[in-house]
Amino acid sequence: MADVFRKMGSMAINGIWQLGFIARFFWLILVYSGQSFTRIHLTLRELYFSGVMSLLIILVSGLFVGLVLGLQGYETLQRYGASDSLGTLVALSLVRELGPVVAGLLFASRAGSAVTAEIGLMKVTEQLKAMDMMAVSPIARVVAPRFWGGVISMPLLAALFSAMGVFGGWLIGVVVIGVDDGAFWAQMQDAVDFRYDVLNGVIKSGVFGVAVALIAVFEGYDCVPTAEGVSRAITRTVVSSALAILALDFVMTSFMFRG
Amino acid sequence: MSEPLVRLENVRFAYGERAILRGISLSIPRGKVVAIMGGSGCGKTTLLRLIGGQERAVGGRVTVDGQDVAGLGRDALYALRRRMGMLFQFGALFTDMSVFDNVAFPLREHTDLPAELINDLVMMKLHAVGLRGAAKLMPGELSGGMARRVALARTIALDPMLLMYDEPFTGLDPISLGVIGQLIRRLNDALGASSVIVTHDIQESLQIVDYIYFISEGRVVAEGTPDEIRNSADPFVSQFVHAQADGPVPFHYPAGDYATALVGGAG
Repeated sequence: MADVFRKMGSMAINGIWQLGFIARFFWLILVYSGQSFTRIHLTLRELYFSGVMSLLIILVSGLFVGLVLGLQGYETLQRYGASDSLGTLVALSLVRELGPVVAGLLFASRAGSAVTAEIGLMKVTEQLKAMDMMAVSPIARVVAPRFWGGVISMPLLAALFSAMGVFGGWLIGVVVIGVDDGAFWAQMQDAVDFRYDVLNGVIKSGVFGVAVALIAVFEGYDCVPTAEGVSRAITRTVVSSALAILALDFVMTSFMFRG
Repeated sequence: MSEPLVRLENVRFAYGERAILRGISLSIPRGKVVAIMGGSGCGKTTLLRLIGGQERAVGGRVTVDGQDVAGLGRDALYALRRRMGMLFQFGALFTDMSVFDNVAFPLREHTDLPAELINDLVMMKLHAVGLRGAAKLMPGELSGGMARRVALARTIALDPMLLMYDEPFTGLDPISLGVIGQLIRRLNDALGASSVIVTHDIQESLQIVDYIYFISEGRVVAEGTPDEIRNSADPFVSQFVHAQADGPVPFHYPAGDYATALVGGAG
C-alpha cells in the first residue's frame, strides 16, 4: 500500500518537475527568439515546412468535414423546418470548434511529429552539440525558428480549414441538396459575430499553435538520443499535443462561450 | 617554455554516482599535437567536453588560454569557443545543408564578411582537405572519410587556436585514416594551433603526435613522446601498443566466480 502511494507521489513530483522544465525551456525560446525575426529566412523556411507543406491535408480534411457537416446538419435541421439555417450551423461549428481543434490535431500529427523527429535526429547525430561548440546557440538557431514557424502557421491553417469546411457545407447543402443559396449565406452572415465567434476561434487556434509547437520542439530537444528515444519522443508529441488541444479547448470554451 | 594552452589540474568528474575521472592532470602545450588514449569508455571524450565547457568538473580546474572554463559565463564561454574547433566522431555535419554551407556556417554566424569573401574562404578550407570539388554535394552523398574531412574544414573555418578531435579515426578505411592523420598534423602546423586528439588508434597516433597521455580508470597511467611510448616497459602501455587482449586491462568485465555462475545461474 505504501508502495502505491510512493509511486503516485513520485509520479506527481516528476510531472511537476517536467512542467517546470518545459516552462524554463519556453522562457529560453522567448529569450533567444531575436534571431528568428532578425534573420527572417530561418523562420520563413520553417513556415514553409510546417505551414505550406501541411496545406494539402488541412484543405482536404476541411472539405470532408464540411461535407459531413452539411449532410448531418441538413438531416437534423430539416426535421424542424430550419434547413435555411444550415449555413449558420456549418459556420459556427467550424469557426468556434472544429476548425481550431481538428486543424490542431492534424497539425500536431503532420508538422509537430516532423519537427520532433528532425530536432531529435539532429541530437542523435550530435549536430546540436556541434552547433553549441561552434558558439551558436541551438535554441536560437534551431528551436526558436521552428517554434515560431508552428505558432504562425497554426491559426492560418485553422482559418483555411474553416473556410474549406464552409465551402464543403455549401457544396452539399446548396449545390447537391438544394437549400436556398441566399438563405444559406444571409443566415450565416447574420448569425456569425466577428468578435464573439471568429476572433475567439482565432485565439483558440493561436493557443493550440503555441502548445503544439512548444511540445514538438521540447520533445525533440529533450529526447533520449537513440533511435528508440526519437520514436518515443515523436509518439509523445502526438499524444501530448492531442491531449493538450482537447483540454485547452474545454477550458477556453468554458470561458468564451457561456451564453 | 611558455604557458601551455590547455591545463587540467587534478580534474574529477562523475555522472551521478559513477566516477569517470578521478584526478587528472595534464597539459597541452602551444603548437603541439597531443593524444589522449585509453580503452573505450574510460572518460576520454568527457575530457574534451570539459575543455570545451560542455560539462563542468566536479573538482579541479580546467584552464584554456589562461581562463578557468568552469568560471566563465555563457557569453565568455561562447567567445572562447569561437577560438576552438571540435571535430565530432562522425563529423556531425548539418544534414540539411550542402558541404559548402556547412563550412560557411561558422563564418556566416560569427562574421559579417561579404558573400564573395566567404566563398573564397570556404573554397580555401575545402581545398585544404582536398574536397573543393565536393562543395555542392549534400552530407548524405559523402563517404565516411569525406564527411570527416568536410567536418574538419568546418572546424578550421574560423582558424581556431585549439583543435579537438573526438575519435577522428573511428570507422575509416586505411587510406582515409592516413589522410585524416596527415591533415590533423599539417593543419595544426599551418594554423599555428594546438591539437588534442582523443583516440584509441595507437599506431596512427604514434606517427603524428608530439606527446601521448594514457588514461585508465579515470587516471593518467602513462605518458611520453611517441619514442618513449614505443620503448616503454610499462605493462599497460605495452598491452595497448601491442593490442593484447588481456593484461592490466582485464579481458573479463568484473564478475563473480565462474563455476558458481554456471551452477547457480547468472545471479
